[in-house]
Amino acid sequence: MDRNHPQSPGFVTKPVAQDGSQSAASHVMVWVALVMLTGLTVTVAGLHLGAASILVAIAVAAVKGTLVLSRFMHLAQEPPVFKVMLGVAISILVVIMVFTFVDVAFR
Amino acid sequence: MSSAVHKYAAPPGKALSAHKYAAPPGKALTARMGMWLFLFTELILFGGLFLLYAVYRTQFSEDFHYAAGGLDTGTGTANTLILLTSSLTMVLSIAFLKQGRRQASLGLVLATMALGAAFMVNKVFEWTAKFEHGLYPSSDILVEHTPGENMFYGMYYTVTGLHGIHVLAGIAVLGWMAWTMLPVPGPRMESSEDGKARTESGEDGDARMRSEVVERKLENAGLYWHLVDVIWIFVFPLFYLIS
Repeated sequence: MDRNHPQSPGFVTKPVAQDGSQSAASHVMVWVALVMLTGLTVTVAGLHLGAASILVAIAVAAVKGTLVLSRFMHLAQEPPVFKVMLGVAISILVVIMVFTFVDVAFR
Repeated sequence: MSSAVHKYAAPPGKALSAHKYAAPPGKALTARMGMWLFLFTELILFGGLFLLYAVYRTQFSEDFHYAAGGLDTGTGTANTLILLTSSLTMVLSIAFLKQGRRQASLGLVLATMALGAAFMVNKVFEWTAKFEHGLYPSSDILVEHTPGENMFYGMYYTVTGLHGIHVLAGIAVLGWMAWTMLPVPGPRMESSEDGKARTESGEDGDARMRSEVVERKLENAGLYWHLVDVIWIFVFPLFYLIS
């Protein structure tokens, strides 16, 4: 069998197509989860829980963002260096935020 | 078959002409890595605005709560659902392209563009309504309100405006992708059924390489589109859900 034929084992082991194994159904499931989380965050905001409200909103947004990054942007299947890079970018952001807040708080 | 055999390998007996269409296997990977590096600069760009928002929110907590009541949660929620759905059509278009289903892939790229346009139409209605109520930076009505409310609306227009520009850029990039994927006579647009035939001659091999280039570009366009979605996922609760 020609190795470039879709049914050939060689075709299956191509290095960049890991997400080809992710079925359309699994993408739809991720979307369903994202829609449900949106419903959750809107519902919780409507309950007027005060200070807890913003924490829930940010937590839900973080879960949604992680879902999009790992499943839609295929970060879960990327080599570790991609995750390290993301970790560095987020760390820089956290450092900037923490130091700014320290500055504002003790001004 | 050994795992070392990948889709860029030349077919048997064609090894000598392999250079004609055998792209280095790391090319798609490095292309994605470059895209991610660019996305990190976007993350820092919006992160700076989120930081500004957070600082002023702690200073003008009550004003922010009051001003956010002026935003339409329904429109914000609708736009969130629109962008999430556009991310689904985007990821499916890439999956279909990799399966060789180019027509379906092109249709989903167009659907993603349409959803992005719907998002922007909502945004236009939303902003227009705000302007009609005199709620725009330095408006006669807003300057009489508290500094915190002015700060909130300043942040609102800056963040949603910058995000809107990113959506427009995403639509433009996808439009370019759709143009690349348009069916044209000749080898540019061929189905996977003739995958065998494609590798038999150098010319068809070039076509295969072109299709790999399209795949790579669409992947990166998708990464950009999803990041714009991720940013909105954070914009939405911070502006629309805090009243």
